[in-house]
Amino acid sequence: MVPTAHYLVLSAILFAIGVVGVLTRRNVITMFMCIELMLNAVNLAFLAFSRHLRQLDGQIFVFFVMTVAAAEAAVGLALIVVLSRQKQTLDVDQVNEMKG
Amino acid sequence: MLPYFALIVLFPLLGAFVNGVFGKRFPRRLSAIVGCLTVGLSFLLACLVFRELLLLDPHNRTISFKLFTWIESADLTVDAAFLLDPLSTIMILVVTGVGFLIHVYSVAYMAEEPGYYRFFSYLNLFIFMMSVLVLADNYLLMFVGWEGVGLCSYLLIGFYIERKSAGDAAKKAFIVNRIGDVGFILGAFLIFQTFGTFNYVQVFERVSGQFPSPEMGFGLLSAICLLLFVGAAGKSAQIPLYVWLPDAMEGPTPVSALIHAATMVTAGVYMIARSAALYSRAPETLLIVAVIGVATATLAACIALVQTDIKRVLAYSTVSQLGYMFVAAGVGAFGAGIFHLVTHAFFKALLFLGSGSVILALHHEQDMLRMGGLKRYLPITFWTMWVATLAISGIPPLSGFFSKDEILFSAFRLGHIILWMIGIAVAAMTAFYMARLMFLTFHGERRQAAAADPSGHAEHGGHGHSPKEPSALVTGPLMILAVFSAIAGFIGLPAYLGSNWLEHFLEPSFEYRFLESAAHGEHGLTQEIVLTVIAVLAGAIGIAIAYHSYIRDRELPSRVAERLAGLYSAARQKFYVDEIYDRLIVWPIERVSDLVLWRAIDVHVIDGLVNGAGGLVQYWANGLRRIQSGYTRSYATWVLLGAVLIFIYYYLVTA
Repeated sequence: MVPTAHYLVLSAILFAIGVVGVLTRRNVITMFMCIELMLNAVNLAFLAFSRHLRQLDGQIFVFFVMTVAAAEAAVGLALIVVLSRQKQTLDVDQVNEMKG
Repeated sequence: MLPYFALIVLFPLLGAFVNGVFGKRFPRRLSAIVGCLTVGLSFLLACLVFRELLLLDPHNRTISFKLFTWIESADLTVDAAFLLDPLSTIMILVVTGVGFLIHVYSVAYMAEEPGYYRFFSYLNLFIFMMSVLVLADNYLLMFVGWEGVGLCSYLLIGFYIERKSAGDAAKKAFIVNRIGDVGFILGAFLIFQTFGTFNYVQVFERVSGQFPSPEMGFGLLSAICLLLFVGAAGKSAQIPLYVWLPDAMEGPTPVSALIHAATMVTAGVYMIARSAALYSRAPETLLIVAVIGVATATLAACIALVQTDIKRVLAYSTVSQLGYMFVAAGVGAFGAGIFHLVTHAFFKALLFLGSGSVILALHHEQDMLRMGGLKRYLPITFWTMWVATLAISGIPPLSGFFSKDEILFSAFRLGHIILWMIGIAVAAMTAFYMARLMFLTFHGERRQAAAADPSGHAEHGGHGHSPKEPSALVTGPLMILAVFSAIAGFIGLPAYLGSNWLEHFLEPSFEYRFLESAAHGEHGLTQEIVLTVIAVLAGAIGIAIAYHSYIRDRELPSRVAERLAGLYSAARQKFYVDEIYDRLIVWPIERVSDLVLWRAIDVHVIDGLVNGAGGLVQYWANGLRRIQSGYTRSYATWVLLGAVLIFIYYYLVTA
């Protein structure tokens, strides 16, 4: 059986990739996918702990996270579509009118 | 169910409300009817109460009625309750009676003025407040009336809202009265602290229990009395707070007659008489009252000698006569003070209304130097005013003779010879300046035509040459008041003519006062008669000098004025009291307000705090706004940074 630590390390690596992606990429769709990656890294950690502790709570929580991710995808992609129509670009640095 | 005498108070309130709220749409006649009718009904009810009181046992003549509990808090219970005893009944009769006559007079006097309904609304409100003041059965409710009449006085002095001088006079009256009112309310608080109640009867019962003999030196009771006297000095225009009353003549003449001669200004005398139980146990304070009274009487009489504005002479005369009343209270003759209050209400109201009639006939001319020879044109005014003049001069058998003599004799009998002597001198001065007013106004030949100013009265030229008596609404009250000025003295006959009915009637109201055991011995009737003759002679001499100076030898006054130029001009300028107050009180306050309160504290401290708070926020915000760059990825970095910090924090805490 694969030890729990392996899962957690993989989860951490995936999360870190997601973070770096969000911070470094300018394409909004890529950033969006990186966020999904972070969410799923967390899901993996939940599942690992759920199995390790032999409790179902973590698995239930994963369902919630997936639900939220689905909703987020729906709203986020809609926003991206509108953004690209308005600005003819997907570069987030071009969209900085909200600065103080 | 309300007893009918509660309506004495409520009718004027109703009148004030109706005229105040709906009056704008009323025709003038209706406003006048509402105003007069309500006060007239109050007067009738007051007469009924008076009759009912007379039917009661002489030692038990009080009717009280509680309307509702006004304040209830721990030990403090204050009722809105009325107390009708001889003292308050006499007062309410004067207030509503003279008040009614003046209302009727105002119907004609104010006929040409704008704001007719407003005038009657204020006047009714005044009667209401004055009734509350007089009928209250505790000091706190009296204070409500006390403040209320002050407010009405303010409103009515400033009735001619378009005139700046009227507004200034109103403010002056209000502010000077506030100074007195602070004394009154502090005195009332001290009463509550000492005796645990505001109710008159309870206070007096407790004071006679706690202070069986007068207080030696200056103690608690003296402090109470002195504070109350500060209030009385403000309301009744005594030194040093008298300065507002002469200026109050800016108001319409009926207001001067009602508020600033007959009723409101006597509230201080009433309050001291009401507190006789307290004052009679604080002899030191009583002496202060008497000295202030006589000083005021003298000072005001001196100023009145040389004034030329007809209403100002009367105003200073009022201040002077109020001084007499305080002398009476100060020597312990509270009944005599109230007696003079009553007779003074009649003849001074008459004098003011008469002067109003003159002013009306001459189209608002008030300078006596431009009157003269009016007796042919205004016969009724002329005769009635002479009645009042002789009454105030103390010529028998008119009312002022009895009341003034009662005061002077009381002062003498109770051992205040100096007060008596000054009183006699003031009586002579009173007779002089009043006769001077009459001679200048009504006798000799007309001076107005000669002195007619080129700017005004051009359109009044036709009327100006033959002034005529105003309508019966003006002369009626004059005649009624003249009758009372003549006969009112018979309610207080001196011992050598019979018995003093008023004194006996008022006795139950003063039952708790400390009675000295005839320490000053008995004085014979002969002595009283001699003193009376001296007083009458003083008055007669005053009139004779005035006759000589203003009818026989008309150059005399100016010669005397030249001889005593310094004194004359000082008296003309009212002894510079206003200027001194201006310099000593008003000016320093203005300077401190300007330089310290405004330019230092307001500009630097207050504004500094406000602007500083704003500036600080701005400064910080200027730095913080850079964080909001608009770049999504920088936000993401901040989120990450926050998350990492939280993570480190928990790591450190749990580790």
